Amino acid sequence: MSGRRYARAALLPLLLGACSYQHYQSDFGAAATEDRQFLTLFWIFMAVCGVMYALVIAFLIAGLAHRRTEAEANVVETGRHHRSHPLMRTTLIGWTALIGVGLAALAIASFFADRSMAEAATNEKLSITLTGNQWWWDIVYNSNDASKTMRTANELHLPVGVPTRILLNSADVIHSLWIPSLGGKQDLIPGRQNDITFVPQKIGIFRGQCAEFCGTQHAHMALVVVVQSYPDFIKWWDHQLQPAVAPRTPLQLAGYQYVTNGPCSACHNIGGTPASGTVAPDLTHLASRKSLAASTMPMSEGNLYGWVEDPQSLKPGVKMPTIGLEPDKLHAVVAYLETLK
Amino acid sequence: MSSRFRVRLLLFGAGAMMPGACDREEHHSRAKPVGETVPGGESPDTIFPGTSSAPPLDARAKLYDNNANAIAMGQTLYTQMNCVGCHSHGGGGMGPPLMDDEWRYGGRIDQIATTIAEGRPNGMPAWRGKLTEHQIWDLAAYVRSLSGLPSKDAVSSRTESMSTGTPQTLTPHGDIKNSDTAQQ
Repeated sequence: MSGRRYARAALLPLLLGACSYQHYQSDFGAAATEDRQFLTLFWIFMAVCGVMYALVIAFLIAGLAHRRTEAEANVVETGRHHRSHPLMRTTLIGWTALIGVGLAALAIASFFADRSMAEAATNEKLSITLTGNQWWWDIVYNSNDASKTMRTANELHLPVGVPTRILLNSADVIHSLWIPSLGGKQDLIPGRQNDITFVPQKIGIFRGQCAEFCGTQHAHMALVVVVQSYPDFIKWWDHQLQPAVAPRTPLQLAGYQYVTNGPCSACHNIGGTPASGTVAPDLTHLASRKSLAASTMPMSEGNLYGWVEDPQSLKPGVKMPTIGLEPDKLHAVVAYLETLK
Repeated sequence: MSSRFRVRLLLFGAGAMMPGACDREEHHSRAKPVGETVPGGESPDTIFPGTSSAPPLDARAKLYDNNANAIAMGQTLYTQMNCVGCHSHGGGGMGPPLMDDEWRYGGRIDQIATTIAEGRPNGMPAWRGKLTEHQIWDLAAYVRSLSGLPSKDAVSSRTESMSTGTPQTLTPHGDIKNSDTAQQ
C-alpha cells in the first residue's frame, strides 16, 4: 500500500463523525443531563484506558528495540535472572502504582455518575407512562387532575430543563427504550414496571428506537422525541387534550362515518367520536404528528393513502390489517384523517 | 450391496428429506386483494334449509385451520376484542364455553367464522364490518383450537400475553361431537 492510500484510510474514521450530524440519534448528542454525565464518564474512561494502552505499546516497542548485551544473553544459565536492574524495579513499582491510581479514578468517577443519576430520579416534575407494543409506543401523560391526563402515541414531547420520569411497561414482549441523544437505555418488561429519568437540556427533535429485538418489525419501532420550551410544551399538551375536530366537507363526513363505525373504530380511539378502541395508537391528533406507523415513514398525504390502503405491504406483519378499501372510501378516510391536527 | 453403501444411501435419503422439515406452513399477513377473495356467501349453519346434508367446507378453511400464525393472531384478537368478557378464556360465563366439545352453531371453522361475523341470538354481537374477514377467520381458528381440535404443532405453547393457564399444547385432544354431526 502506498503512503497516499494509508493517508486515505486514516481519513475514513473521520467520515464517521459526519454521520452524527445534528445529533439526531447520537450518544454524543449531550441533549440531556443524563447523556452529559454519561459522556463525562466516557471521556474519563477513554483517557485512563488510552494512556495505559499507549504505555503498554511504548514498553512493547522499547522491549523489541532493546538488544541484549553479551552479559544479559545467558541470564538463565548464569542464575542471575532474579536480580533485577534498579531501574527496572523503579519502573515496575511506578507501573503498579499507576494501575492502582487509574482503577481508583474509574471507580470514583462511575460512583459519582451513578449517584447523580439516581438523585435525578427522586426529583421528578413530570410523569409519563410509556407502554411498548408490537410495534409502536403508547404514551400517557399523567396528571393528578384526571381531566388533564392525555394519551398519544409514537411522539414523545418533553419540556427542556424539567426532570421527567418515564414509567415503562410492555403489553406483549420485552422492548427497550433507547433515545441516544438523551441518555441510557432501559428495558420494557411485561408484568414489571421499570423507569428512566431524563432532564432534557437542548431544544430539538431526536430519535428513539426500540433496542431489544421484539419481532419482525422491530426495526420499524422508533419514537420521535420533541424537546421544546416549557410554554410550548404546555401549549402542545392543552392542544392534545382537545377532542378531534368535526368533519367540515361531505367527503370528510363520509370518512368520519366510515372510520368511527367501521373496522378502524374496533382498535383505534379518536377523542370526541364513537371510535374508542384502546389496542392501537390514539388517532385524535394523528395529523399533528411528524411520522406515521412508529416512524416507519414521514407523515404526508401520500403515505397516509399507502398506509390506510395496504399497511401489510409497507410494514409486513403489523397488527393493522389490510382492509382493501374501495377508492371512494379511501379518499374519504384520508380526507378525514388529515383533519385530525 | 455392502453395509457401508447401505448406510451412505440411508444418510443421503435422510439428507434429502431435511429441507421438507423446514416447510411447516405459510404465513398470511394480508388477505387477498378486493375482487380476488374466495366467494363464500352462504352461511354454513346447523340448519340447512332445502338440503339434508351440510354444504361443502369453505375454500378458506384450509388456509386458516391448523395454521400456527392464524391461531396466534386470533389469540391476540380474542383478548383485544374482549371475547373474554363473555366467554372467559374459553370456560364460558355470560356466553357459552368454547373449550368443550359442544357447538350450538356448528364446530367447523367456517361455521365459527359465520357465528363471529353474523352474531347469534341472546348476546353474541355481529363483527362483520368491525373486523376484516381475515381477522374473523384468525379468530375462528383460535376459537376452534380452544377445544383441542387442531394438531399440537399448530397451537402455541405460550400465550401472547401474561398468563398462568395451561399451555394449549397440553389441552387434551377432543372429538367433535356437535349438533352438526348428529344431523348428518
